[in-house]
Amino acid sequence: MPPATTTVLDAKAMERTLRRMADEILELASGSDDLIIVGIQRRGVQLADRLGALIKSRDGLVVPRGALDITLYRDDLQTVGPRPVVGKTELPLDLQGKFIVIVDDVLYTGRTVRAALDELADFGRPARIALAVLIDRGGRELPIHADIVGKKVDIGGNDRVDVMVSELDQRDGVTIVRKDAP
Amino acid sequence: MTSALGKDLVGLEGLTRAQIQLVLDTAEPFKEVSERAIKKVPTLRGQTIVNLFFEASTRTRISFEFAEKRLSADTVNVATSLSSVSKGETLVDTARNLEAMRIDMVVIRHPSSGAARFLAERIKSKVINAGDGTHEHPTQGLLDLLTLRDRFGKLDGLKVCLCGDVLHSRVARSNIFGLRTMGAEVAICGPRSLLPNDVSQLGVTVFDRIEQAIEWADALNVLRLQLERMSAGYIPSLREYNRVFGVTIERLERSPKDLIILHPGPMNRGVEIDSNVADGPHSVILDQVTNGVAVRMAVLYLLAGERPELAEVAKGGGEGR
Amino acid sequence: MSDRPVLLKGGRIIDPSQNLDAVGDVLVQDGKIVKAGGKISGPDGALVIDCKGKVVSPGFIDVHCHLREPGREDVETIDSGAKAAVAGGFTAVCAMPNTNPVTDNQAAVGFIIRQAQRANAARVYPIGAISVGQRGESMAEMGEMIGAGAVAVSDDGKPVVSAQLMRTTLEYARSFGIPVADHCEEPTLAHGGAMNEGVVSARLGLKGIPDEAEEIMVIRDILLARRTGGHVHLCHMSTKGSVELIRWGKDRGINVTAEVCPHHLHLTEDAVEGYNTHAKMNPPLRTWADVEALRSAVKDGTIDCVATDHAPHHYDEKEREFPDAPNGIVGLETALAVVNTALVVSGVMSINDLVNRMSVMPAKVFHLQGGTLRAGSVGDVTVFDPTESWTVDATRFRSKGRNSPWTGHQLSGRVHATLVGGNVAWQLAP
Repeated sequence: MPPATTTVLDAKAMERTLRRMADEILELASGSDDLIIVGIQRRGVQLADRLGALIKSRDGLVVPRGALDITLYRDDLQTVGPRPVVGKTELPLDLQGKFIVIVDDVLYTGRTVRAALDELADFGRPARIALAVLIDRGGRELPIHADIVGKKVDIGGNDRVDVMVSELDQRDGVTIVRKDAP
Repeated sequence: MTSALGKDLVGLEGLTRAQIQLVLDTAEPFKEVSERAIKKVPTLRGQTIVNLFFEASTRTRISFEFAEKRLSADTVNVATSLSSVSKGETLVDTARNLEAMRIDMVVIRHPSSGAARFLAERIKSKVINAGDGTHEHPTQGLLDLLTLRDRFGKLDGLKVCLCGDVLHSRVARSNIFGLRTMGAEVAICGPRSLLPNDVSQLGVTVFDRIEQAIEWADALNVLRLQLERMSAGYIPSLREYNRVFGVTIERLERSPKDLIILHPGPMNRGVEIDSNVADGPHSVILDQVTNGVAVRMAVLYLLAGERPELAEVAKGGGEGR
Repeated sequence: MSDRPVLLKGGRIIDPSQNLDAVGDVLVQDGKIVKAGGKISGPDGALVIDCKGKVVSPGFIDVHCHLREPGREDVETIDSGAKAAVAGGFTAVCAMPNTNPVTDNQAAVGFIIRQAQRANAARVYPIGAISVGQRGESMAEMGEMIGAGAVAVSDDGKPVVSAQLMRTTLEYARSFGIPVADHCEEPTLAHGGAMNEGVVSARLGLKGIPDEAEEIMVIRDILLARRTGGHVHLCHMSTKGSVELIRWGKDRGINVTAEVCPHHLHLTEDAVEGYNTHAKMNPPLRTWADVEALRSAVKDGTIDCVATDHAPHHYDEKEREFPDAPNGIVGLETALAVVNTALVVSGVMSINDLVNRMSVMPAKVFHLQGGTLRAGSVGDVTVFDPTESWTVDATRFRSKGRNSPWTGHQLSGRVHATLVGGNVAWQLAP
């Protein structure tokens, strides 16, 4: 049976979702001056940029942004091959006392977030770290949860979530590819 | 399954353009790791690396050691310059003994050409050549390439001249192979007694006079002149070498372009290179040192720890989306 | 020794010493050739060997090998070397004197002769040293050594550096009518060299040995032979330039002879790729142009004979970093196949030429018995199949040495039987 693709969010719905997430971030930060939005390579970085831009157009607030590549902190490096490409990590120099919102596209096992927390710890001691994800697909292997969720989907382990951002994929949207289509 | 570089790195000869490109690109994010307050990532945690140096080398060993430690590997330095040779232990015995202690990687420096490959063919651990005799010094070649690419934004079409004792230089060979693969034009310049006889067959241009090299090149890589070459009769004197072949500020000032100067170190100031060149605006010598750590981290990262039997077990449990 | 006659039936008899090339029988009895050619009905009790489809030739003679005894009995002995020789079709070999101690006196020569008799395989002729201890200083007692059975003098393994010593040796040797065999290597040019100087050495970062290191000594020796009238024999020629110089000497009637090794007729410096220590020898493997020049020199007689330079080493001595590994390879048991593959199968010369260069000419150059199937001559005969191809497996060598660059190679030409003094010294298991 061919895999079935269904659209979870189209471009418009994705935009609406991101706007709501931006609001929730502001609410969570409750007007903090120390907010930093950090995207996880790769699509988390574009989503963090979007959220930053939405916050700016809404409140005129310029939130510093960072990018985090967690490849060097992965717990499965010995088992994957060939070596994953290492992306850029760019963070403001001092994270001491900051409120950091980590942004990623999909939350699944939780291992990426675990790696991101480890990596952030090597850059300093933030006052607080929160997690914002566009899609939460369940299936956690670690005790990690998101503070802000764009959309929750309930799918099987063999299914795949594809998040597309126009900067990299020419269009916005989220689809699910079901391998176990009924 | 082998990594994108294969099991070992014994030389740049035979590497493809894509492979060299991969190392250089991978080195970029590692530069940033060395700028962090905590200059350490857990990538090679639990991996054991032996730095097996049969020849004294402070600079290369320290650079490898930094690279290994910044990746959280466990490292052991074995300096067997003479001890095991005098005990009659062969290279292969030394290596097998180390391997029996379950090490993951060996970084080897050895006075005999071919020693790294010899070792790589005989042990399961991954082998990185840190200089074998007068053959190759691939990580030095890679860091030279990275430094040139940083400066010029590309290697394709770049004109690079290796100056000095090419005959005995492993740095020169790695540069020739690496630069040619990446599309650069390569020349060599030095006294003919210190150039290999058939070197033009390796696809390089030969300049007899340093002035011609300076006029032609975008960059000079000035090789260290081993001082014992004089006693061996290859050149009459160091003084004359500096007068005829030395890279001096006067010679550079006559150049039509703003060329840059590399040197693998350690320098003989006042012999192959004048101090005011080494310390002057043309020099990228300290950038080379910085890049050395990043390139070695990249090589370690690309070669290390891939264990296909674990990959099978972990299939599907990784970072699926 | 048994006195049983041996009848070699129906082979192609090739004996260039008497221009013989015909299918027929060869009868050997009481250590001598009785008759070669035609149909022979054997005497009662004769051992009959069917040689149909094979070549029957005078036994091969190797004028240059290293049997390592005394001194390195762990890598070869006169016994194992003599047995390896007959397995390779050689009925006689000349042992170079660079043993430990050096064969530089009559007692040492006598020791080799006695050990060879015990081995009872190929004949082993000692070559005495030119200089005491091969140190290149004073001449060794040549007359005494010849009296004890030496057939030539040489400091092989090392060159005769002093031109004056070479001159006096050539002069002195005239009294005995023996060749002075020289290892041609100008030591300052060759110093520290591990392979041929050229593009491969430039790439591998190995110190090269230039052609001129050999050729300077070749022309020196030829000029000294011209001056002295002595017989100089040039060992293991490896370069095109040497061939030209020898040709120059022979054209002028100078008493110069020369040998070439099978490996220099078959392999080039490319074999060193990957730092293969089984391709490390001195003189080094050269280029294809050199191989071609050597091949045509063997065909036209500029080079008189093929010699193996058989040089066994312990396996772990070759299991080393390339610059530190010893020079040399074993050659007795592959010589026929390599020469046949390189020169006969490739169409450079005939099997008759091969027999000439491996049997007739070595006997002539070193004034040895054998090298012919004439009636009454010594019963040294080799039977081989020039078309049979086989895969070299060094572990099956009779030699103690396993250091062969041809392990796993498929070569053409195989020895089936070797008769020494009328006795079957070796026969290929069917």
